[in-house]
Amino acid sequence: MLQQKHLLGLAGYPGEDIQTIIDTAFTFREVLDRPIKKVPSLQGKTIVNLFFENSTRTRISFELAQKRLSADTVNFSASTSSLKKGETFKDTAQNIEAMKIDAVVMRHPTPGAPLHLTDHIDSIVINAGDGTHEHPTQAILDMTSLHEKFGYLKGLKVGIIGDIAHSRVALSNIHGLKTMGAEVTLCGPSTLIPPFAEELGVSVNYNVDEVIEWADALNVLRIQRERMGGGLLPSVREYRNLFGITTDRLSMHKKEIVIMHPGPMNRGVEIDSSVADSDQAIILDQVLNGVASRMAILYLLLGGKQEEGDS
Amino acid sequence: MKTTKLKKQVLLKGGMILDPINEFLKKGDVLIENGTIKSTGKVTPSKSVDIIDCSGLIVTHGFCDIHVHFREPGREDKETLDSGSMAALAGGFTRVCVMPNTEPPLDSPESIRYTIDRAEECPIHIHPIGAITKGQDGKELTEMGVMLSEGAVAFSDDGLPVTDSGMMRNALEYATMFDVPVINHAEDLCLKKDGVMHEGKVSTHLGLPASPSITESNMVHRDLALTELTGGRLHVPHVSSAKSTDHIRQMKKSNKNITAEVTPHHLFFTDEDLTSYNTNLKVAPPIRTRTDQEALIHGVKDGTFDCIATDHAPHTVEEKEGTFDLAPFGMIGLESCLGAVNRVLVKENKIDLTRLVQMLTVNPRRIMGFETDLLAEGSPAELVIFDPNKKWTFHKNDIRSRSQNSPYLGEELIGRPLITIVKGHITSLELD
Repeated sequence: MLQQKHLLGLAGYPGEDIQTIIDTAFTFREVLDRPIKKVPSLQGKTIVNLFFENSTRTRISFELAQKRLSADTVNFSASTSSLKKGETFKDTAQNIEAMKIDAVVMRHPTPGAPLHLTDHIDSIVINAGDGTHEHPTQAILDMTSLHEKFGYLKGLKVGIIGDIAHSRVALSNIHGLKTMGAEVTLCGPSTLIPPFAEELGVSVNYNVDEVIEWADALNVLRIQRERMGGGLLPSVREYRNLFGITTDRLSMHKKEIVIMHPGPMNRGVEIDSSVADSDQAIILDQVLNGVASRMAILYLLLGGKQEEGDS
Repeated sequence: MKTTKLKKQVLLKGGMILDPINEFLKKGDVLIENGTIKSTGKVTPSKSVDIIDCSGLIVTHGFCDIHVHFREPGREDKETLDSGSMAALAGGFTRVCVMPNTEPPLDSPESIRYTIDRAEECPIHIHPIGAITKGQDGKELTEMGVMLSEGAVAFSDDGLPVTDSGMMRNALEYATMFDVPVINHAEDLCLKKDGVMHEGKVSTHLGLPASPSITESNMVHRDLALTELTGGRLHVPHVSSAKSTDHIRQMKKSNKNITAEVTPHHLFFTDEDLTSYNTNLKVAPPIRTRTDQEALIHGVKDGTFDCIATDHAPHTVEEKEGTFDLAPFGMIGLESCLGAVNRVLVKENKIDLTRLVQMLTVNPRRIMGFETDLLAEGSPAELVIFDPNKKWTFHKNDIRSRSQNSPYLGEELIGRPLITIVKGHITSLELD
């Protein structure tokens, strides 16, 4: 069904597989519109949600996707501090594997941790965010939402706004969108744009108004409060002035533009409430597509119910 | 690996003798009698002599590594002076200088004495490098004078930089009285922050926190300027970047008191090798780009670098099999050294084998003030015999260190030490 056993990241991920996932997500969207929202596709499969870092929406979205597909799920939340105290990552991984499971959905604060996990276990590994590296399922749901809105991805102009350097959402979106033929411009404070960003095949523009003029859609990233007031960013006011997606700013541009946000939002910081709640925002569609996309990914990776023990 | 006492007379027969001092390579025999060099060239032995056939092999000075971490005292689970000695012998090294970042650090005359006493029992020559500052915390100078009289050969806070420029100035100035090298681990910690690799295209792809090459080169530049100011002796360890290489090259033109080393791993790998998040490639300073690698090789060619040093830094399997952010910095390197540098420098970059051997023998010994003319008559036998063309794949069972954190596992190396002679003993690497 898909060429790779795991979903670790979108760097180098085959475009036709991204398209397959998106198409499958649309069929699951229909399931979610039914009165009975459950299908038996993954009956008998066991999936562990292994979260080494706090997450509400990604975990719930995965869990819901698993339940809609009739998979058995177990949630495991470990604080990374317990790992620092002694239990090795390898132990945790092998313990879970020993319980005979089919797949692991993992979030971990360290880049590369999901790849590392595949060294220790045989189950399918799905990356639910590894530090500042990748968050492939988020990027796929973003692309599903864009595809739903525009009907195509090739040639689409997407601006990603905010803290790019610390964003796994940005990196996965960049890889995915480039693979699917979209154009990407990064926009944010120069201290929060990763070095060598152009090497990723994207443009960088520090002028958000120019990016708004250019783009078909904006993916507005969350600005973490802890980045404020340090060496990277002077203040919220400064950020809002330079990069905030405000009603005033959008009203200056006489054009339609689609607004996305991976959540959770800092209303009044990177995005105004009135923008987030407006018709041009597809933020809640993203949430719904998150469940559908994750259903598609799980279904395609775990092979439905027709085979046993496959990969 | 098998070590036995040298027989009364041993003849190394028919090898290519490589003399790194007089720069010649010619076929000949070496006769060792009572543990010392008796004669070289064409030797007619008595009949009771123990003959070792060296045809097709290089016979030269035992290698000397002036930058290793043997972790004793404190972390004997990673390495001891004994296990480190075995790793050294397997790599053709007969003499090493151990860095003082042990637990507690070698920052007093007593701890230097301890190491000297322990080293007596070891099968290779081990010289301690003393800490520059007490507790390696950058605040108070150690008792350098007394430490030297106990056997220290140089000073370094390696593992940590001397961040305070005033303190580094004092250290260089104070050490001028003794004419010994001061070795500073150059990394600007404010620029490094939580960086775990080189900042570049690859780190952006991997999402790992990273630090740029000026993290090193700025501090190297500072140290070079302080050396000029004080008239001290500076040895720059494990140079990793093109920029640092340029600074050193420039300053060496006018200052004879500057020396520099380069590691096998900075010559062998590039940051592109980190895409598998292999924690054994997590080192400080980090493995940098292909451009930096090429600049380092060029620095070997033009003499900017005086010696090769492995920065052999053992860490436990448990520490290294964690995630990339938590794994400690460092890799082991003694066993794989010759095969790695011979492949990159001699085989791939056409650098003269004699030049490479100089960087492993006479040059590091000169920096530390050790005896250099090891093929002279009457000199205690301290030799290595190696096959410069042997192709082999580095495996776990080639490791003699207590630790296994080597990124060379599975790599093809060219050139392999077969016999090491030191301290009246002969060690042969038994190959299958």
